[in-house]
Amino acid sequence: MRFEVAASVAEAVRMLAAEPGTTRVLAGGTDVLVQLRSGLVEPDLVVDIKRIDGMREIRAEDGGFRIGAAVSGAELGEDAGVRALWPGVVEGMELIGSTQVQGRATLAGNLCNASPAADSVPAMVAADAVARVAGPAGERDVPVAQIPAGPGKTTLAKGEFIVSIFLPARPAGSADAYLRFIPRTEMDIAVCSAGVSLTIGGDGTCTAARVALGAVAPTVLLVPDAAAALIGSKLDDAALDALAAACSAAAKPIDDKRGTVAFRKKVAGVLARRAAVIAAERARG
Amino acid sequence: MALDKQTTAKREFKVVGTRPLRPDGVDKVTGKALYGADLTAPGMLVGKILRSPHPHARIRSIDTSAAEAAPGVKAVITHADFTLPDDEDMRDILVNCMAFNKALYDGHAVAAVAAISEAAAKAALKLIKVDYEVLPHVTDVDEAMKPDAPVIERGRQAETVGEGFSENVTSYCEFGHGDIEAGFTRADHVIERSFKTEATHQGYIEPHACLATFTTDGKADLWCCTQGQYMVRRVCSAIMDMEASQLRVTPSEIGGGFGGKTTVFIEPVALMLAKKSGRPVKIVMSRSDVLRASGPTCSSSMDVRIGMTKDGRITAGHAKLRYQGGAFPCGTVEMGAMAAFAAYDLEAVRTQGWNAMTNRPKQAAYRAPGAPMAIYAVESVVDELCQHLGLDPLDVRLKNAAKAGTKASYGVTFTDIGLSACLAAAKAHPHYAAPLGPGQGRGVSCGFWFNFGGDTCVTLNVNMDGTVSVTEGNPDIGGSRASIGMMAAEELGVPFDKVRTQVVDTASLGYNEVTDGSRVTFAVGLATIKAAQAAKAEMCRRAAMIWGIDAEAVTWEDGCAKPSGPNAGDFPPMTLAEIAAVSSQTGGPIAGHHEVNADGAGVSFGVHLVDVEVDPETGATKVLRYTVFQDAGKAVHPDYVEGQMQGGAVQGIGWALNEEYIYGEDGRLQNAGFLDYRVPVASDLPMIDTVILEIPNPGHPYGVRGVGETSIVPPLAAIANAVSRAAGVRLTELPMSPPRILAALDAARPKAAAE
Amino acid sequence: MSRIHVTTSVNGDEVDFLCEPDETLLDALRNRLGLTGSKEGCGTGDCGACSVTLDGRLVCSCLVLAAEAEGREIATIEGMAEGEALHPLQKKFIEHAALQCGVCTPGILVATKALLEKNPDPSETEVRYWLAGNLCRCTGYDKIIRAVMDAAAELRRA
Repeated sequence: MRFEVAASVAEAVRMLAAEPGTTRVLAGGTDVLVQLRSGLVEPDLVVDIKRIDGMREIRAEDGGFRIGAAVSGAELGEDAGVRALWPGVVEGMELIGSTQVQGRATLAGNLCNASPAADSVPAMVAADAVARVAGPAGERDVPVAQIPAGPGKTTLAKGEFIVSIFLPARPAGSADAYLRFIPRTEMDIAVCSAGVSLTIGGDGTCTAARVALGAVAPTVLLVPDAAAALIGSKLDDAALDALAAACSAAAKPIDDKRGTVAFRKKVAGVLARRAAVIAAERARG
Repeated sequence: MALDKQTTAKREFKVVGTRPLRPDGVDKVTGKALYGADLTAPGMLVGKILRSPHPHARIRSIDTSAAEAAPGVKAVITHADFTLPDDEDMRDILVNCMAFNKALYDGHAVAAVAAISEAAAKAALKLIKVDYEVLPHVTDVDEAMKPDAPVIERGRQAETVGEGFSENVTSYCEFGHGDIEAGFTRADHVIERSFKTEATHQGYIEPHACLATFTTDGKADLWCCTQGQYMVRRVCSAIMDMEASQLRVTPSEIGGGFGGKTTVFIEPVALMLAKKSGRPVKIVMSRSDVLRASGPTCSSSMDVRIGMTKDGRITAGHAKLRYQGGAFPCGTVEMGAMAAFAAYDLEAVRTQGWNAMTNRPKQAAYRAPGAPMAIYAVESVVDELCQHLGLDPLDVRLKNAAKAGTKASYGVTFTDIGLSACLAAAKAHPHYAAPLGPGQGRGVSCGFWFNFGGDTCVTLNVNMDGTVSVTEGNPDIGGSRASIGMMAAEELGVPFDKVRTQVVDTASLGYNEVTDGSRVTFAVGLATIKAAQAAKAEMCRRAAMIWGIDAEAVTWEDGCAKPSGPNAGDFPPMTLAEIAAVSSQTGGPIAGHHEVNADGAGVSFGVHLVDVEVDPETGATKVLRYTVFQDAGKAVHPDYVEGQMQGGAVQGIGWALNEEYIYGEDGRLQNAGFLDYRVPVASDLPMIDTVILEIPNPGHPYGVRGVGETSIVPPLAAIANAVSRAAGVRLTELPMSPPRILAALDAARPKAAAE
Repeated sequence: MSRIHVTTSVNGDEVDFLCEPDETLLDALRNRLGLTGSKEGCGTGDCGACSVTLDGRLVCSCLVLAAEAEGREIATIEGMAEGEALHPLQKKFIEHAALQCGVCTPGILVATKALLEKNPDPSETEVRYWLAGNLCRCTGYDKIIRAVMDAAAELRRA
């Protein structure tokens, strides 16, 4: 294995594209190092992108925020602006691993690790976040939901990597929330999870919503029926019940060491409902 | 053995019972303490072990030629490098460290290499070709007992097992007295329930590690993290076919053991690699290796039947326990069968136990081995009877509690024990009267452990500057250097800071049994007190010599030799320091020794109270409040007694709620890491309150009882009882993970609610 | 694999070492620099025994490549005491018997120091969540939490 430090995006792309073998981009490394050490992957080249200008920056842009690919969870959580605009994305990111892991782990890394249980991804999908991808053909913007292709697989092409994540502007009366279920209070991988982003109009009616579930399908699942249950409602019990039922129905989980199909389907609905209530409270200010 | 029962009554202590700072504290908070993996030696090689990916497979052949030829590789070994010892226990230990004809579980060692670097050793492992013939496997205890189950090894079944079982069932045991059927007839209500508990792991944070050197003249040195350096020497010298005196084992500082470091897993492998390569070899297990291939607990399947009268008197108890302890015969079920009903004074009781072999790693001790699951099952049924009959769970336990004179279900008659005192303290504690909110439940359970004594050897040297060196042979896993030093100081009448206690290598003392069975503060303490008494007698003799009076006319008081009365002579007392300073002129160095196979450890009881809240929508359990009541006999250092009570309680909480070995259909361990083997984290827990009771053990000069193990026993049932009361449905399987609780809740909910 | 020359700062001292490209910072600290106070309990970021700070940020050194340390500032348990004077946290851990086997202790102390620098007056819950990535199997955490709260109070008074 070779270890290289890229000084620019172009150089990183060049290095990644030129290597015929397996490559890994190193930002926070909290997944890459675990895989490396367990022998799960044996990369021929690891490219550290943290020293590229802008990779560790959070920038205001068009009323939203552009978050560099190497911004850690701890740094994201310390940014009052992002926290105010997208509290659900920040809380999703902050749930990943321990305080120590927060010192390194990144949104882009969590996305590219392509785990169906990734904590930041449902909230990013609900937020309709956009990843900026650099590659041999230049830069392109891709909705976050389109990056994971299945467990451990992304749609990124050879030589491509994510340079930033864009969280868009949103109208007044908007907020989001993310909840996951884990057996302990910390340190676990989500058994299932839900991110809800919504907007509430002046009369208390929900005017827009996106609901995404984690760990109930090979990739994070956007559930339009769940959003439809909220839109036009005043988030009363009937709407919330419909939301929970839509989530449970949409969930297509598996039985594994972390949970059962029945548990995940039921709890996905419970979490979505609870997340919607939190998001609504935040939206109402 | 004549023991000083008379001294236990109302003794005033000066040092014992205080809370001095621990002597190993500074080393541990500054990172200086040296653990198993922290030592290096010149020319050291890295040892790595190849492990079977199959739960059960015949090893047709192993080709190591490519690995041997790889760059940087200095030795490759397989079972062919070892000779099977005659002794069956030693043979099992060796075969567990290195598979012979078959790989018996996922993670079983099949070969090892020593190379100049981590990378070279890793690369070499990949070059070893093992030809496996995969065999059918079994990991569940009930499945393993069925007559048509795949057999792990033939010829291991004891005659007592009887008909109708597979050959995996290696042993059967039975305890009890009285006519249980008559007892059940007398009962107003009888409940019978079946329970299952999964295997758990000790979860010590320090993985096993060792550093071995072997010289060409047959001498060897071994540095390792272990609970017993003498055990390591005994086992490794037998396996290596060398004389015990030629192998010196030095215990490192130990990063947790809880019973899991009372045997060997890598030490014989490191020694053989060192012998073959002629260079020092270090092996450090990865966390995944630790979970796959060290010694977790037994898993269990149990049936318990108990009868009770309307006023809460237990009329009979019957427990059938089926444990699996991995791919070798295992006697742990016997301890479960002995402990199951130990808390109760019963006219009719019967316990039966069966052990089965499975394709799992060889069980090792874990804090009160065998007791937690058996007592969990019994205490769950007692609780359900209390619920059914509308009785207070503490009152019922008080009514039936074992006491001095009770004939225990396992045959002994108890002397002074602290169970009723613990129950009464729990009843009177504000925790028991505190209100519960909706969705909350309170659970109670008793716990018990036998406690052990065993072979012990201590030397106490009085130094010429008036300080004292205590030399003992038991690795300090819970603060024993402090408690041993405190007992020496107490006995000698000197301040604690004048005493330094060292845990030494196998060349420096006679045999000491492993640090287990909560034996150290009791047995090593006892030997230390006796060694101090021997040193005092010698110091009295020296003072008598100086004063020119008879030795019998000198007594020891408050750290000084004194004439025993006015008739003995009029001399000012001589302090220990004064006597030591002139020891060269009075006959040479002053020391005391004691060697003993200590008896009279004194059983230990505890009672735990816990409040939990269950989320009815997710099955998540939150522990809200926890109080531990335990009899310590005499708490030598109360901080460390509390530490044992708290640590054991939290391990038990983990066992009850989230910790488990998860095997897939393929027989491979699915959660070989701290990510999915879920030990409790700080945010899972409340403070763990403690109440120490002191009912002196008549078998120890200061009344001390071991305190290390009992605390892991009650949490399983205490939490299960609390969860069952909070959820309104009885849980009978551990761990009570959220999917299990939610499934039980959903099954119990009226149909309408499920629509 | 060719080795990489790394120059970095550990506990204020400039040091350099040669490491393999896939070597962790933890292995370099322990095996190249002889700083064995940081422990490996899991190697996967789940136990916190290897906690150090990297440019002031708390991390698991088992999840950092040694090569990443080039030009950075690392602090380990070995740098916590000043000569013979223990840090107040170290003293409180001994006073409260907040350690038994001690193998998790260096990581917990490093993590706690980072907490108190960020939040000098944490609640019990904040301490528990901050330390959730530091496993202790001996103590049940009770005495650790007490030691941290007491040390925080003393540091606030100082």
